Amino acid sequence: MSKLGNLGARLHHGEVGYDFVKNRKIWYGISILITITAILGLTVRGLHMGIEFQGGAVFTTPKNMSVSVATAEGYAEDASGHDAIVQKLGDGSMRIQVAGIDTNTSDKIKDTLAEDLKVDAEQINAELVGPSWGEQIANKAWQGLGIFLILVVLYLAIAFEWRMALAAFVALIHDITITVGIYALVGFEVTPGTVIGLLTILGYSLYDTVVVFDSLKEQTRDITKQTRWTYSEIANRSINSTLVRSVNTTVVALLPVGGLLFIGGGVLGAGMLNDISLSLFVGLAAGAYSSIFIATPLVADLKEREPAMKSLKKRILAKRAQEAATGESEDSAVSDEDYGDEPEDAAPAVVGPRNQPSSRGRGRGRPSGKRR
Amino acid sequence: MAAPKKGGNAGAQSKPWRSLALILIAIVALTGGMFASGHTTPRLGIDLAGGTSITLAAVPEAGQESAINKTNMDTAVSIMERRVNGLGVSEAEVQTQGTRNIIVNIPKGTNSKQAREQVGTTAKLYFRPVVATELAGGGAAPTPSATSEGSEQDSGKDKATDTATEKATDGSSPSASGSPSSSATTQGRAVTDALKADETPSASASGAAGDKASPSPSATGGTSGDAENKLQAQYAALDCTKESVRATAGDGAKSTESTVACGQNSQGQWQKYILGPAAVDGTDVDDAQAVLNTQTGAGWTVTMDFTDKGAKKFADITGQLAQKQSPQNQFAIVLDGEVVSDPYVSQALTGGNAEISGNFNQQSAQDLSNMLSYGALPLTFREDSVTTVTAALGGEQLKAGLIAGAIGLALVVLYLLVYYRGLSFIAVLSLLVSAALTYVIMSLLGPTINFALNLPAVCGAIVAIGITADSFIVYFERVRDEIREGRTLRPAVERAWPRARRTILVSDFVSFLAAAVLFIVTVGKVQGFAFTLGLTTVLDVVVVFLFTKPLLTLMARRKFFASGHKWSGLDPKALGAKPPLRRTRRPVRPAAGPVDPKEA
Repeated sequence: MSKLGNLGARLHHGEVGYDFVKNRKIWYGISILITITAILGLTVRGLHMGIEFQGGAVFTTPKNMSVSVATAEGYAEDASGHDAIVQKLGDGSMRIQVAGIDTNTSDKIKDTLAEDLKVDAEQINAELVGPSWGEQIANKAWQGLGIFLILVVLYLAIAFEWRMALAAFVALIHDITITVGIYALVGFEVTPGTVIGLLTILGYSLYDTVVVFDSLKEQTRDITKQTRWTYSEIANRSINSTLVRSVNTTVVALLPVGGLLFIGGGVLGAGMLNDISLSLFVGLAAGAYSSIFIATPLVADLKEREPAMKSLKKRILAKRAQEAATGESEDSAVSDEDYGDEPEDAAPAVVGPRNQPSSRGRGRGRPSGKRR
Repeated sequence: MAAPKKGGNAGAQSKPWRSLALILIAIVALTGGMFASGHTTPRLGIDLAGGTSITLAAVPEAGQESAINKTNMDTAVSIMERRVNGLGVSEAEVQTQGTRNIIVNIPKGTNSKQAREQVGTTAKLYFRPVVATELAGGGAAPTPSATSEGSEQDSGKDKATDTATEKATDGSSPSASGSPSSSATTQGRAVTDALKADETPSASASGAAGDKASPSPSATGGTSGDAENKLQAQYAALDCTKESVRATAGDGAKSTESTVACGQNSQGQWQKYILGPAAVDGTDVDDAQAVLNTQTGAGWTVTMDFTDKGAKKFADITGQLAQKQSPQNQFAIVLDGEVVSDPYVSQALTGGNAEISGNFNQQSAQDLSNMLSYGALPLTFREDSVTTVTAALGGEQLKAGLIAGAIGLALVVLYLLVYYRGLSFIAVLSLLVSAALTYVIMSLLGPTINFALNLPAVCGAIVAIGITADSFIVYFERVRDEIREGRTLRPAVERAWPRARRTILVSDFVSFLAAAVLFIVTVGKVQGFAFTLGLTTVLDVVVVFLFTKPLLTLMARRKFFASGHKWSGLDPKALGAKPPLRRTRRPVRPAAGPVDPKEA
């Protein structure tokens, strides 16, 4: 089997693993840094709203233009410095829409366009157009988003617990901020496609976080009934055990989008695809990253403040100190009782918790060590 | 494995064929439906396929030129947007151009004539009491048009003979009698009395139309004698059989004034009316729906729910009308100056809803209900030009995008193949089933709800591949975990399922919640996105439950997978399954690195 397969096995058995929770401060730091950069980019450079949101100018050329749509688009973008939408009409004339233009600049652009297209400037009809994505759509979208976020936080708080709901929410904001920030920094114009992309990210980010949390919840179900691992340690195990899933899913989701972005947008020059696939690519990557590096450690952080978890930790540390003093031989006697399913995984803090809750069900009706 | 579990497994394993058969039948049926309907490709949005562009110009009304301002134009845009894109999936675009034009872009394959009617119709709706009515034009055939003594004769210099066939005698009784007059029954346009009759005690006509046989239509309270005469003259001159006359009948009439109007009765004959001031108008309508009324045989009707205010107004006016004789116990539902329905009233209607019946078919009833729900345009528009437009995205761009997407997908398959080997065939098959279902359903939704696919939606579908694949990955990883625990494949597949299932359901629920909330609350393209997200999420669950799981159960019985063949992706050795013999904990110990027990 491939090396990754081996890695999966070793992760599963806890033979290898990265301590996400312990190193969380580094990742928090990195995320805060990226987020600040994103917010800075957003405030300094701002977002360029496309014609769909703010309206702009529309130029209608005379009939029977010989220029191709793509060429005309190039001309219009050069003349205005904004994204242009070019459509050929039934009678052979062209409708060129350019964002962010007022009446003064539109005359200049009209002249430039006329020159490029080799027609008389008089023949080009210029008018201002309103947004097709009006305020009403935007307001309703915000309203819908607000309601959804409230509902999803409530749902997560009920299905999981409020700490996880909070962490998922933080991760979501993190992903969206980074995506929007990158957008501002790159300077692409915001189109309805971008908004749809952002909404897709929103769905994916939560989805991914929930998958990770589901495993976390499962593994920490009976945490107070044992005295071997703290919440953070189990959380860490949980991340590691779903790591293969996370990597695979991210690869599968990112490959096609990456294809659109790098091959479609970069090599083949499909410019319109860039803005959508960029937001998707950044957002998907951020979503996968935040589920593991931000959301779960955050839950662990919050959870460790709970009195029950604090006392658990105290007990565990005391026990470990005692064990360290009396030697290693004793701990197995206790743990074999608890973890009948996996008596072999007795190395503390490395193995065991991954299978601990399920072992209750699995171990039913068969005493420990009777697996053969 | 404990004995009872085995029984459970056997039970679970006997079903896979049924699930597979079910989903296969579904695919075949849907595909058959797709070919039968003749729409074998999804409708593409205007950015991908181009379409039709309609330019509408606001028509200034005499004395109201200032009405064409930004506020009204924006209102008109948002109403048109909702009319033409009610579900948010049709990808139509509406925007202002200049100061008095509105451009409506609709994607190829839409019924552009219907769309033009949808956006261009003003849809000003009024409920006006009928003062007088008679058959217009030369049709001497006995008609169900109820005539009344008073007003009719006074104005009756029309060639249309008094069709006294059904005289509304019983209408004169002031009590709101439950028995309808014969004239009304033949007209067959009854107002649904949604609630029990509420006999309004105020029998007096309270200043509106005269109670009984008043000699002239002075009934229309408020109009001065001058205006009255003018109205009479207009009424007399009105020839509703001529389209040009019809179009201008009652033009410029304010809702607070009496007016004349034309309408078609159930026999398709034109009838003319004098109508009182509007009692209820379109803004009082909260919601409207097209309903096939099978009980009364009225065919397609439009039912309206009034707002609270509207319901009260409607109860008041019907209470008053019920006291009167025919035809003054009728009210006319006037849409853009034309009477679409003129039901009689026999009692006050307090249910807060009403029904318009007329010569509707399914399409026209749905169109009207759509327009009433979203309200009237603040301005009147005329069609300036209709032209085709090409796709906003060049053909070469779309092609580049498709190539790039295909390369990306090929990489996904390759990755799955390398990582999951034999299992990847199940994954790829599941993706194919999912893709086929998505494609067929989207194609079918094109003609049914005007669903159109735009570029963002295509990209969304590509992300959906990731989410769908994630369900398999979650499940496969669970199965592998079970094998690592030392289980053989068949029990591993069954044991892994409940836990994987929960993860899949919990996470898909979040996606579905997003889709549902956004679909209900938002409008326009966001709604379209929500629809696509909801569809792919539901399909994900369907495919995993009905296809992937049963298929894996079946495959687990095959020797290739069950024996853990090297290329099956389930080779216990390669997965690092713990040999059940390994019971010492020593060998593991040295690896106890990553977690520091002293970590605080």
